[in-house]
Amino acid sequence: MRVAVAGGGPGGLYLGLLLAKARPDARIEVFEKNPRGATYGWGVVFSDRTLASFREADPETYEQIVDAFALWDVIEVRYGDDVVRCGGQVFSGMARRRLLDILQTRCEEVGVTLRFETEVGPGDVGDYDLVVAADGIHSRFRAAHAAALGPRIVEGRARYVWFGTTCPFDSFTFVFRPAEPGLFQAHVYPFDGSTSTFIVECDEATWRRAGLDAATESESIAFCEEVFARDLRGHPLLSNQSRWLTFPTLRTRRWWQDRTVFLGDAVHTAHFSIGSGTKLAMEDAIALARELTRKPNLRAAFGAYELDRKGVVDRFQQAARESQQYFESTARYMDLDTEQFVFHLLTRSGRVGYDDLRLKDPGLIDRVDTWFSRGGGAGGRFAPPPAFSPCALGPLELPNRIAATSAVTDSSSDGVPDARVAAAVDRAAGEGAALVVVPDVAVTPEGRTTSGSPGLYDDAQAEVWARILKRPSAARLVHAGRRGATRPRHRGLDRPLGEGAWPLLAASRVAYGANAVPAEIGRADMDRVREGFVAASRRAAAAGFDAVVVDCARGYLLGSFLSPLANVRADEYGGAIEARARYPLEVVAAVRGEWRGALGVSIAAFDGARGGVAFDDVLWAARQLRRAGCDFVEVTAGGAVPGAVVPYDPYTLPSYADRIRHEAGIAVLLGGAISTVGRVNTLVASGRATLCAVMPRRRPSAAPA
Amino acid sequence: MQVGVGLPNAVPGTAPGALVEWARRADDGPFSSVGVVDRVRYPAFDPLTSLATAAAVTRRVKLTTMVLIAPLRRGAVLAHEAATLHALSGGRLVLGVGLGARRDDYEQAGVSYRGRAARFSEHLQTLRSWWDDDASPSLLVGGSSDAAFARAARFADGYVHGGGPPRAFERAAERARAAWFDAERPGEPRLWGQGYFALGDAAERGREYMLDYYAFTGSFAERIAEGMLSTPQAVVSFVKGYADAGCDEVVLFPAVSDPEQLDRLADAVSAL
Repeated sequence: MRVAVAGGGPGGLYLGLLLAKARPDARIEVFEKNPRGATYGWGVVFSDRTLASFREADPETYEQIVDAFALWDVIEVRYGDDVVRCGGQVFSGMARRRLLDILQTRCEEVGVTLRFETEVGPGDVGDYDLVVAADGIHSRFRAAHAAALGPRIVEGRARYVWFGTTCPFDSFTFVFRPAEPGLFQAHVYPFDGSTSTFIVECDEATWRRAGLDAATESESIAFCEEVFARDLRGHPLLSNQSRWLTFPTLRTRRWWQDRTVFLGDAVHTAHFSIGSGTKLAMEDAIALARELTRKPNLRAAFGAYELDRKGVVDRFQQAARESQQYFESTARYMDLDTEQFVFHLLTRSGRVGYDDLRLKDPGLIDRVDTWFSRGGGAGGRFAPPPAFSPCALGPLELPNRIAATSAVTDSSSDGVPDARVAAAVDRAAGEGAALVVVPDVAVTPEGRTTSGSPGLYDDAQAEVWARILKRPSAARLVHAGRRGATRPRHRGLDRPLGEGAWPLLAASRVAYGANAVPAEIGRADMDRVREGFVAASRRAAAAGFDAVVVDCARGYLLGSFLSPLANVRADEYGGAIEARARYPLEVVAAVRGEWRGALGVSIAAFDGARGGVAFDDVLWAARQLRRAGCDFVEVTAGGAVPGAVVPYDPYTLPSYADRIRHEAGIAVLLGGAISTVGRVNTLVASGRATLCAVMPRRRPSAAPA
Repeated sequence: MQVGVGLPNAVPGTAPGALVEWARRADDGPFSSVGVVDRVRYPAFDPLTSLATAAAVTRRVKLTTMVLIAPLRRGAVLAHEAATLHALSGGRLVLGVGLGARRDDYEQAGVSYRGRAARFSEHLQTLRSWWDDDASPSLLVGGSSDAAFARAARFADGYVHGGGPPRAFERAAERARAAWFDAERPGEPRLWGQGYFALGDAAERGREYMLDYYAFTGSFAERIAEGMLSTPQAVVSFVKGYADAGCDEVVLFPAVSDPEQLDRLADAVSAL
């Protein structure tokens, strides 16, 4: 078998040597366009120490690689005048050149032919039985097979450039330096005891303002040396054919075609901030060599290789995307105090939380706790975790940051809360949360979701609420709109009531799933419903509620105005966000006019369906709500249309909440998949949420029967 | 938490009589349910027909599909079949449905693979509107995508997990519950889990079966096979782990079809 490997980077060389060991019958040639000893990259970094697969794949190179490692267990963050060292973060790095040396030597030992200064393309490999394209992000082979492979490249928004430096850094270091044109940040990692990779990054506008789009390499170096003068301490930045780039994230549908198979950057890339590119390429090589040995033919081997690796790579790309988005938007967080900034950075991807960091570096977390509980002021050494710090929502002072939502019930009559409502409120109040949120409280009879939904649309209802409430409580006031008149929800949602159904009102005549088509609400009904919200808030006060939340989400009446998927009106209440938000804002303002307690509004951060609300519109609405005197927003997602997809991961919803809280300057109540105090600590300490609604406790599982 | 046992309806070489015998003995044993899987392309007995046969020789156990690949069938016909099985079995059907993991099942069934997700949602709607709320089977939705959790919250009575260690179940269950509460469903979703077992001398044969059955997942098949429960201790640890993770019912599927496996499993489960 004749094998051509295009590209002599770590992935290509590793594949060559592993395949040579496993298939002595193979004649393997690695083609590298650059001369031996040339390398355009300073260090490579491995994001963890799980190099067990290297040991198994080739013990000889493993030993040498590990010997050459610089290992560190601290991430250093330089922010303002502060230097914060965060322990327990294991990374390893080495000179790329050293890694290539080790792999080249080993390749030659096992009989792989290395051809330097020889570039091969798709037209040069006709004589080979197997072609491994390890030719990097600019792969010529991928270009030739693009139709079959389906590559998609998304360019990052930031500009970055690779330098080296002899300034001794002892750990993975993030540096944030505001300068005249804007914020510059550096990602620094040491690799060989005397040199560090020094990547400078900034956003596009900053880059242009600084004139770097027109700068020569030496001008760029001079500029960056000045920006990072206090960090470089007189050491120069070293050139490395350094050009300003945008980071291309490459995803490829298929990883092989005919007898050509791809690995490493030629088929996938992941942002440098998680330091995984070399690791992924070398792991690709291990999997590919294994399948080529094990499977009877190329097709089967390629298929198994792709199946094996794609899932792993997807996960890294997801983490890389989240990290990249963070670093593209750090300018937004320059007003945070150091403790919060660092904590926010370390928890950026949602994979690392408060509990992890407390284990890794207890001192750092003590500092975060203390900072948080003093409201940013210094002093003291110990404090309760952030989840148990008090907070205020307008006039409402709460002893901790945890809210519990009581279960919805469908068994009330005429909107009068029944024993099940009382039991649900009791149960939620018994969990130790500071605030009980009572959902699905109708403001008019036709605003009920089911005929069994409770309400606050007459005084008899208010009297019953007064008896069952455990303070402090919030009523989430709802007009169900086009999701009204449904059957009880214990066997599914949005099933039309049929007999006994009442006519529905919504922003537009757009039905919700199988539910009946609503009428477009007219001005008279808009006035009536608005007064329904106001009267309900009046009764909420009488009943002893401490907060009301006006529901402008979940596809209900007010939510149907905000979402372009549900609002197709041509009048002054439809179209741009200013128009779509007009009626919801009118209702909120009217409620604010009467209601003296804490006022919240539920909004959807995204609709989770094509054509849904734009996030800039959501931010605009959130700012308007703040100006209208709203004390907090409850951030949700989905609901505008059935079939919306909301990822209940630790990243997505919190990152929207983060932006709403920071950019609209309003307190955020955040729900979703939150069930532990650790998660609440993470979300609250990082500033992504003001308080969190936790899920009900799981029923205790009895011993198996 | 309750513990059910799978029938070997997709273990090649299972004699028709052996399947019936499994069901009968499961009904006598400490098990709460019998489960079946659904594969069209692989040598297997059809799930609903297998359960109907099991229904005739059992009185007590729930009859569960884990999962039935719903888009391979016509929605109303499936609703009718399921309602029939539920009625004739005395209300014992638990219908777990999902998209399945294999394209070739669709090809074999002559059903388009594209658009299966949308068709699936329509089916779920059909099942709900076809059935009488008070006399309908329990409906569970499986899958691991965000859309699967959304469907379970919207249409089903709960979520059925596809298998794995208790921690994997726990993570999926958390997402299923988050989707459920966010959708404002009353009560709690029913949470079902599953695992594979082959005890004693049968472990090696069971392992080979797992590698074959899951060959389409590539080298992941090895990890699935490693997760197969091959000792009583592994069974106890797995079941307790699922109980701790909040599972309502876990169904253990045999990787070999010898009926004596049922006795071994019953012994292990009785020790809980």
